[in-house]
Amino acid sequence: MRGNAEAHEMVAPGSLAAVLKLLADAPGEWTPIAGGTELMVAHAAGRLAPQKLVSLWGIPELRFIKTGTESISIGAGATFRDLRARADIAAELPLLAKAAGWIGSIANQSRATVGGNLVNGSPAADSSPALLAYDAEIELISTRGSRRISYSSFHTGYKRNVLAPDELLFAVHMPLRFARHRKYLRKVGTRRAMAISKVAMAATALVEDGVIGEIRVAAASLAAFPARLCQVESALLGQPIDARTMEIARRALLAEVKPIDDIRSTAEYRKRVAANLLEEFLNELRAEAPAK
Amino acid sequence: MSTSDTTRIVGAPVHRKEGVDKLLGRARYVDDMEREGMRHGTTVRSTIPRGFIRSIAFDRRIDWTEFTVVTAADIPGKNHIQLIFADQPCLADGAVNHCDEAIVLLAHPDKHKLREAAAAVKIEYEPLPAIFTIEESEQQGVIVRGTDNLIKSFLLEKGDVDSAWANAAHIVGGEYRTGAQEHLYIENNGMIAEWSAAEGVTVWGSLQCPFYVHKSLLAVFDLPEDKVRVIQTETGGAFGGKEDFPSILAAHAGLLAMKSGRPIKMVYDRMEDLAATTKRHPSRIRHRTALDKDGKLLAMDIDVATDGGAYSTLSSTVLSRATLHSPGPYVCPNVRVRSHSWATNTVPYGAFRGFGAPQAIFAVERHMDEVAAEIGMDPIELRRRNFLHGGDTTATEQVMREPVILERLLDRALGESDYYARRSRFARDNPSSAVKRGMGIAAFYHGSGFTGSGERYLNSLAGVDVTLEGKVRVLVSSTEFGQGTNTILAQIAAEAIGVDYDDVVMAPADTGIVPNSGPTVASRTSMVVGRLIERAGAQLVAMLREQDGLGEHFTREEFFAACERHRAAQGEVRSLCRYEAPANIFWDDRKYRGEAYPAYAWSIHVAQVAVDTVTYSAEVENFWAVQEVGRVLNPVLAGGQIEGGVAQGIGYALYEKVVLQNGHMANNQMTNYIMPTAEDVPPIHVFFEEIPFQHGAYGAKGIGELPHDGPAPAILNAIRDATGVGFCAIPLLPEDLFAKLAAPETVAEGAAL
Amino acid sequence: MSNCGSSIRFTINGRQCVVQTPPMKRLLDVLREDLHLTGTKEGCGEGECGSCSVRMNGELVNSCLVPVLQAEGATIQTVEGLAVDGRLHPLQQAFLHRGGAQCGICTPGMLMAGAQLLSINPHPTMGEIREGLAGNLCRCTGFMRIFESVMAAAAQDYAPSTARAADAR
Repeated sequence: MRGNAEAHEMVAPGSLAAVLKLLADAPGEWTPIAGGTELMVAHAAGRLAPQKLVSLWGIPELRFIKTGTESISIGAGATFRDLRARADIAAELPLLAKAAGWIGSIANQSRATVGGNLVNGSPAADSSPALLAYDAEIELISTRGSRRISYSSFHTGYKRNVLAPDELLFAVHMPLRFARHRKYLRKVGTRRAMAISKVAMAATALVEDGVIGEIRVAAASLAAFPARLCQVESALLGQPIDARTMEIARRALLAEVKPIDDIRSTAEYRKRVAANLLEEFLNELRAEAPAK
Repeated sequence: MSTSDTTRIVGAPVHRKEGVDKLLGRARYVDDMEREGMRHGTTVRSTIPRGFIRSIAFDRRIDWTEFTVVTAADIPGKNHIQLIFADQPCLADGAVNHCDEAIVLLAHPDKHKLREAAAAVKIEYEPLPAIFTIEESEQQGVIVRGTDNLIKSFLLEKGDVDSAWANAAHIVGGEYRTGAQEHLYIENNGMIAEWSAAEGVTVWGSLQCPFYVHKSLLAVFDLPEDKVRVIQTETGGAFGGKEDFPSILAAHAGLLAMKSGRPIKMVYDRMEDLAATTKRHPSRIRHRTALDKDGKLLAMDIDVATDGGAYSTLSSTVLSRATLHSPGPYVCPNVRVRSHSWATNTVPYGAFRGFGAPQAIFAVERHMDEVAAEIGMDPIELRRRNFLHGGDTTATEQVMREPVILERLLDRALGESDYYARRSRFARDNPSSAVKRGMGIAAFYHGSGFTGSGERYLNSLAGVDVTLEGKVRVLVSSTEFGQGTNTILAQIAAEAIGVDYDDVVMAPADTGIVPNSGPTVASRTSMVVGRLIERAGAQLVAMLREQDGLGEHFTREEFFAACERHRAAQGEVRSLCRYEAPANIFWDDRKYRGEAYPAYAWSIHVAQVAVDTVTYSAEVENFWAVQEVGRVLNPVLAGGQIEGGVAQGIGYALYEKVVLQNGHMANNQMTNYIMPTAEDVPPIHVFFEEIPFQHGAYGAKGIGELPHDGPAPAILNAIRDATGVGFCAIPLLPEDLFAKLAAPETVAEGAAL
Repeated sequence: MSNCGSSIRFTINGRQCVVQTPPMKRLLDVLREDLHLTGTKEGCGEGECGSCSVRMNGELVNSCLVPVLQAEGATIQTVEGLAVDGRLHPLQQAFLHRGGAQCGICTPGMLMAGAQLLSINPHPTMGEIREGLAGNLCRCTGFMRIFESVMAAAAQDYAPSTARAADAR
């Protein structure tokens, strides 16, 4: 244990309002900590820079899952175990339910939160591809009020996002309009459990008469942050699902993604596997609804 | 000698002797212990792989009067860790030869102040050129050891290899490489040390060989034998990783204890343990093989090279075992093995389950499949035609006097795994599937116990006594670290004497209490030490019959009563036995000829592997291990040893990679040194054939290391079967499979598909 | 900056405790150092090995990743709380019969994960057992006998294992 517990102050105001006031009174001074599955690892490695931490754990206003008629809202404090326990998430947002099972282990899922996963902003974040494929919106909150942005605008660089110093990620909202969409989600890691993504891909597509009417393709570990593959989407939108379209989409992906070599894997491997995942997805579409 | 029908306790699945304490969370590992007035210790380590230490400065922002500081200058005796040679310094003195080499030791009551202080020790180096691979070392462009970088070499010759090529119908060559492997015991290395002028040095810690540590401390502290005491604490996994390294940590903790006058606790965290302690020797092994037109081996010309790291430690004995296992379980009239262990500027490599055999067996068993493919023969048939049988001679001219049942094991393995049917099914299904499946096998032996006359040299002493509490107490320095030492030795003692399993306890592995029964290594504990306990038990009963009126048949109550009569007359009740070498073991260490090992365990592994051509990942879906290890002393423990060894072997083959950057382990965390989880291990099916070995306890031979020898070649042979591509290096990661399996990306203009 | 303390109140193995501790001290260290419950182990400090697993408020957590302040008011079970009045828990009995523990260092965490699994899924399939234990690394057993032990505990099968070596799984 290389961290020094005595070198850190931690408070748990216990309510959202109290946390927001703290952040507003001293912007940038207090670092929120939810389940700790990221920050406590840094603490043990002696690399926890923030001296002052404000605990979000157990704040009821943050830990919710609400299903409406048009959308599902997930509080930033919801854990991945919370997601996996809900029948409505499994039914309405199956990609997210599946991704929730990717997080670490059962012990990590009971502590890791959706908010933490997004704000930590690892390029390999497990929930991000599914959220992007479901057109998620993020709600940010402060004493000044709340604002909603598309999740795809949240990350701005490697571990950088648009949160203001007094802002907290409050909730993720997803529209309930994917019931008829074809779906795909696959993660490639170093092993079947407890693995950081080398590549992960999520996709939702509306296919009518063998033609792609809507398409969202999102990936982790192919860029500085999880992102939609816009050129791939352009290559697919409005196209019939045939061999020619697949080849064009594959080439678009290979040109678009810029993965890196790191301790886990290589750029070349990531590129090729990403292309293979896309091909696997498109083959599934083709098998289910061949072009006329 | 007893058979399974006539033993009550040996052969039965009795409960683990220390099992209840482990399950209750009551077992005390070294980090669970405290001492009054204890200080924590830490190590300041080299940040460069090779160079001179120009200065060591202590930053003035720290109040150093609060700290105990130890450098090489504080060592009262010799600044070396005595193993086989004495070339490894206890603390670097003026120069370093690998990253993470220990230079300065610090102690303080507060762990955090200790950490700050460690960061405040400023070491200036004059770096020297460093080398990190076998190739760089053998090229001798940079000399880092002696005059030629060589740690050790062997030459094993049988017949005349050079004359065989001319008559060969087939000549097949290959090169095979294995990477470093980390033990990844879940309990990190740790020691507690105390020192006093009156008692000398006492250490408690996680270790395999109390008397190895004892011997090393004698040299470092320049103390007589009765002033050094080593006590093993409950040890959370070892696998060879706590065979030699604990001597270093014990010396460090002892030096801090000596200088501070306080008890010292030093427990590594995972990052330090991964970076700074021993690992399995990387290897490069080349085969060139001549066969006749029927696929019978005519000659094997083998070149074995290992990377020993910066100091010799156990590299010579690892090389020896690699040499002796490199020809495989085959008959071949002409064999030459040239082996070398080379020095590099990396953390010294050490003992790890298998000890050179996994490397050697990976090479020969992969090579057999390459040979089979080259000559157009079924790899099973190729092996059958060349298997050793009873009466054959090995590459060292050892006659196989004990039965060799490789064919029977092979037939059993093929039957249990439904090998041919699966293989056919996969051959049929693979072309239309993104997941390609294959079956692969490995056939191998593992020499039980020390090579040649090693046991004679160890001259082990072990036995039993009877305590005042009315328990038979086993007296051995053999340690428990999960493999079942406590249980099987207690079973043997109970059986040999004729009391109940619960009547037997183990004496603590404390050099102040137990005799030296040798190190807990080399798969020798059941066979050799167990036999000493078997003899000592029988000797005790004979003595009581002769001297204290114990009858021909007796109850356990009568036994203990006779013991008390003996105690009244003699003061103690004790029976020790010394190792007696079997009459016909002759080993010539210079010519590398003779009985290399007193006994061999034999095994066939079968792997079913799936290769996903979308992700280039290989996974083991099913695994069968069939083995003959003499008598199985405890089926639950024995099965557990095989399963655990197979799982480690799977890690060795497909998951575990040590990534070095400038000689420092860059992936020194559990998040990026990858071992298989509960979701990754396949079902492992274990089958024993038993042929009792007359010189082993109740017929037992060694078992602990055998199961780690087979998985890697079996798995890569299965991948060859699945994909048609032969891979010759491990760890074989998806990125490596991708490099050879994926067709190059083609971007054709306006391609019509 | 020095921070000696918050007063943290929780229930451990049925007993109420109060500790005075810096809020960012790891729950693992509070258990081991302040409460002298050394059954819970540290294997990695990163939440990868699971040897620090305990049950907190009905969930399995890696105690090396829990700042003790967040355990305020919690109900916690460690391995020391499994056996009741000296009687081994069914999981402990099963591990003993079937060789689920070798070196024992992963065993407390494994037992916690097994207990957690059986509390929400009393009759798990082999696949569910594998998933339930995937966060607990064991280097000794190859997991086979741990899976068998959990299956046996679920089936309340306490018979001593008399399987002959040849029939070993």
